Amino acid sequence: MKLLFEQCPSQSPQVLPPCDIPQQEVIPLPAQLGRKNPPRLPQMSESEVARHYTALAQQVFGVGSGFYPLGSCTMKYNPKINEQVAALPGFTGIHPLQPEETMQGCLEVLALAEQYLCEITGMDAMSFQPAAGAHGEYTGLLLIRAYHLARGDHKRTNIIVPDSAHGTNPASAVMAGFQVINVASGPDGCVDLEKLQAVCDENTAGLMLTNPNTLGLFEKDMTAIAEIVHEAGGLVYYDGANLNPIMGVIRPGDMGFDVIHLNLHKTFSTPHGGGGPGSGPVGCKEFLAPFLPVPYPVSREGSLVLDGERPQSVGKVRSFYGNFLVVVKTLCYLLRLGAQGIPEAAKHAVLNANYLKQGVAKDYDVAIDMPCMHEFVLGLGDLKKETGVSAMDVAKAMLDHGMHPPTMYFPLIVPEALMFEPTETETKETLDEAIRVLAEIRKTASENPEVLHGAPHHTAVRRPDEVQAARHPVLRYRWED
Amino acid sequence: MNNPANLSYTKSHEWLEELEDDVVRIGLTDFAQDSLGDLVFVNLPQVGDEVVVGEALGDVESVKAVSDIYSPVTGVVRAVNEDLLDAPEAINENPYEAWLVEVDNITDREETLSAEAYETHCQTEE
Repeated sequence: MKLLFEQCPSQSPQVLPPCDIPQQEVIPLPAQLGRKNPPRLPQMSESEVARHYTALAQQVFGVGSGFYPLGSCTMKYNPKINEQVAALPGFTGIHPLQPEETMQGCLEVLALAEQYLCEITGMDAMSFQPAAGAHGEYTGLLLIRAYHLARGDHKRTNIIVPDSAHGTNPASAVMAGFQVINVASGPDGCVDLEKLQAVCDENTAGLMLTNPNTLGLFEKDMTAIAEIVHEAGGLVYYDGANLNPIMGVIRPGDMGFDVIHLNLHKTFSTPHGGGGPGSGPVGCKEFLAPFLPVPYPVSREGSLVLDGERPQSVGKVRSFYGNFLVVVKTLCYLLRLGAQGIPEAAKHAVLNANYLKQGVAKDYDVAIDMPCMHEFVLGLGDLKKETGVSAMDVAKAMLDHGMHPPTMYFPLIVPEALMFEPTETETKETLDEAIRVLAEIRKTASENPEVLHGAPHHTAVRRPDEVQAARHPVLRYRWED
Repeated sequence: MNNPANLSYTKSHEWLEELEDDVVRIGLTDFAQDSLGDLVFVNLPQVGDEVVVGEALGDVESVKAVSDIYSPVTGVVRAVNEDLLDAPEAINENPYEAWLVEVDNITDREETLSAEAYETHCQTEE
């Protein structure tokens, strides 16, 4: 389809009426500050712009279009009531710099959401400042660093990360100034205790772990893992990306985690993808609370205030107090589901993932064939050897059936990986259809693999040239002259 | 697989060519480039940098993932194949021509495999 610049008509439409008030003499800007040429803004009428964006929307696949089993991303349905509540004028009409006594309701939303999320995660305090997941990881690591430094322990420079970790974990650790120590998983896909023990020492600042891990397996030795790290003097960090299957059932705080981040935009049903806004709150145990970012909402003499006087705080990690309206949507979700609905949603996510796994296991190899939590990983290494059909081909073929592909080539420890997370908001009928589609693709792989190499055949955008897109990305429109 | 017999190999899929006494040329094997897929970026050290056996000397990024390149020797980088920075696809096209770095002043090295032993190793990885 054409870009705005390409459809721009040669003559500007007469959208604005002619000026009917006396024109004033304007003092021109100094010449060196002015533009040499007027900006080349597209000249289009409102209807043309509206059509353009509708056409763009028609080419996009979202969770509102169909099944979206993108592993580790928890693409659950986001209830529309969240949007209605977040659009209430009391939430949208405030300014972060207005006096605190005039925004008590908004501060109460933050305090209540903090209380509920602490209850769900087993933490004692939480800050909503981080804008998204990786930002939360970074902030959590700053807490770990501040804790060690406050104790005068300057040697703790290492963060241990399993080889199955989300890529953001090592990246955040490096950003926070740590050295990353990779630890290989055992044959069962879980943390290998002996290997973990071998890398834990007086330089260990902490371990970053997601549980269930990226293979969708619950870390069976969780208590022992936390003990090993604690005994070495390190802290244990919980990457909350995979909280969905355990929320309201078991708590990271009870498994030995000291600090966590959550992805409100995954687990707590606020929209994500396409650049946000997200929210990656950081929760911690009492002993880390003094290090949380400022300001932090506290109750003082019957009213809520934003406390900026916290001498041990790591400081500000974002302007004001994070993406507030995402927290409003989260609180709406929490109140709507309640203490009964939250664990039910988690259990349903596990049920759906296991149902889908069993359904596709007759046609594909499951990387670690055990009961899974919220997601599971297929390893198509043998399929590729037998038929030449890769994980990429299978993923692309799903697009022809109106389904979003799963996460591809992750976790890195599984060759030709496809990672499925159906979430709790899909019906049995949708899962059955996905199983049927994947069986059909498997059959095509044996009978006519060429068809799959060329997939997708029926989408508006076919298979983009990923190599060229990475090597020579075209990121903006270039005028011919 | 066609791994030249005059090169030696690491289990982490780098190849080594002995240029002269205590000078080696290092690259990525055919198996490595095939598993990684189309490469889009290469990060290499600079001339004069020290590399340490078993530690990353650089990394390569494909459309699938970023992977470290592990140094099979401890020494000092004497030359870098800068052409690769603009044309990482050369590694996919001809992995045994597209060398990454040359290292001299070698003080330590890991045990490497012959072409034959490396092929056996690759079969176990598949």
